[in-house]
Amino acid sequence: MGPLVPNEVIGANWNFLIAFVIGIGFGFVLEQAGFSSSRKLAGMFYGYDTVVLKVFFTGAITAMLGLLFFSLFGWINLNLVYVNPTYLWSAIIGGVIMGVGFIAGGFCPGTSICAAAIGKIDAMIFIGGIFLGVFIFGEGFPLWEKLYYAMDLGAPKLNQVLGISGGFFAFLVIIAAAIMFWVGEWAEKKFPREEY
Amino acid sequence: MNNKYMNPYLAGFLLGIVLLMAFFFSGRGLGASGAVKSALVYGMDKVAPTHTVENAYFGHYVADDANPLNNWLVYEILGVIVGGFLSGALSRRLKLKIEHFPGISSKRRLVFALIGGVLFGFGSQLGRGCTSGSALTGMAVLSVGGFVTMAAIFGTAFAGAYFFRKNWIG
Repeated sequence: MGPLVPNEVIGANWNFLIAFVIGIGFGFVLEQAGFSSSRKLAGMFYGYDTVVLKVFFTGAITAMLGLLFFSLFGWINLNLVYVNPTYLWSAIIGGVIMGVGFIAGGFCPGTSICAAAIGKIDAMIFIGGIFLGVFIFGEGFPLWEKLYYAMDLGAPKLNQVLGISGGFFAFLVIIAAAIMFWVGEWAEKKFPREEY
Repeated sequence: MNNKYMNPYLAGFLLGIVLLMAFFFSGRGLGASGAVKSALVYGMDKVAPTHTVENAYFGHYVADDANPLNNWLVYEILGVIVGGFLSGALSRRLKLKIEHFPGISSKRRLVFALIGGVLFGFGSQLGRGCTSGSALTGMAVLSVGGFVTMAAIFGTAFAGAYFFRKNWIG
C-alpha cells in the first residue's frame, strides 16, 4: 500500500499539496514544543532546558517504531522509503560544523524558519546566514568536492552494520533514550532556569 | 489556547507522527536546509543564469530550464511557516523581537545568529542535510549517516558549549 505517492496509490500531482500539509504539522508542532526560542534550544547544552533532547528522540523513536510496525502490517514497502546515503567523512565534518553553528546561533534551519514565522528577528538573521553558508559551499565546491564524496558507504542501515534486526535495534534505541530522558530530567532540576 | 509550551514528550510523539506521515504518503522524511538551497538557486538563476548553470554544485538544479522551486521541501517549508505562525497566533506568541540572554546585547545576539546560520548552511550541504533531513529523518530510517550526523551535531554543540557560555548563561 504505502508509501502512497511512490506506489502510485495517490497521483504524483498531489505530492506538493501533501508536502505543504505535512509542513503545517511540522511547523505547528515545533512551535508548540518551544523550538521557536533559541534560549530554549540552547538550554539543552547547558542542562537548564532539555526539551530538544526529549522532543527530538521521542519524535525519532515514534517514527522509527511506526515504520517498523507499518512494514510488519504490510502497510508500507520500506524498499520505497528513501534512506539517506552515508558518506562518512562529510557526515562527520558536516555535523561538527553544524554543531558549532547550533551553539553559536541557537537554532537549526527548521527551527529558525519556525521562529521567524512568529517574528523572531534573530531567527531571520540566522536564515540569512544559512543562505550565505549554502552559497559559499556551492561557489567553493571544487575546494571540498573530494571531502564531499569521500568514504562512500552506500545507504547502510545501522542495525545491518551491527548484525541485528531492526526491531531489536529500535528496542536498544528506546532504552538509550529512556536513560537520556532520565538524565535530562535530573539536569533540569540541577540547573535551574529563569523564565523567558 | 494556553500560552504555555506543550509537554515535550507529547510534542515529540506528534512530531514522530508527522514524520511517519511523510514516509507513508511521500516515501521520504522531513527537511529544511534543502528548501533554502532551492530558494537560493532560484534567486541565483534569476541574477546570473549562466554562472548558476555552470556551477558544479548548483548547476543540475537548473539544468534543462528546471525550476528549483518545484521541490517537495520547498512546499513543506511553506507549510512550516504557516504552521509555526498558526501555533504562535493560537498561543499568543506573535511578536517582532530579538530574543537573547539578558547578559548580552541585541547586536551581539544578531552577530552570533549570523555566524551560526552561515556555519549551519555550509555544514548542512557538506553533511547532506541538517538536523531535520539528516539527523531526525536519517535516524528514523536507521541510516548510519543519520546517526553519525546526529552524534556529530549534538556532540560538538555539547563540547563547544563552554566557549559560548557568555552568550547563553553568562
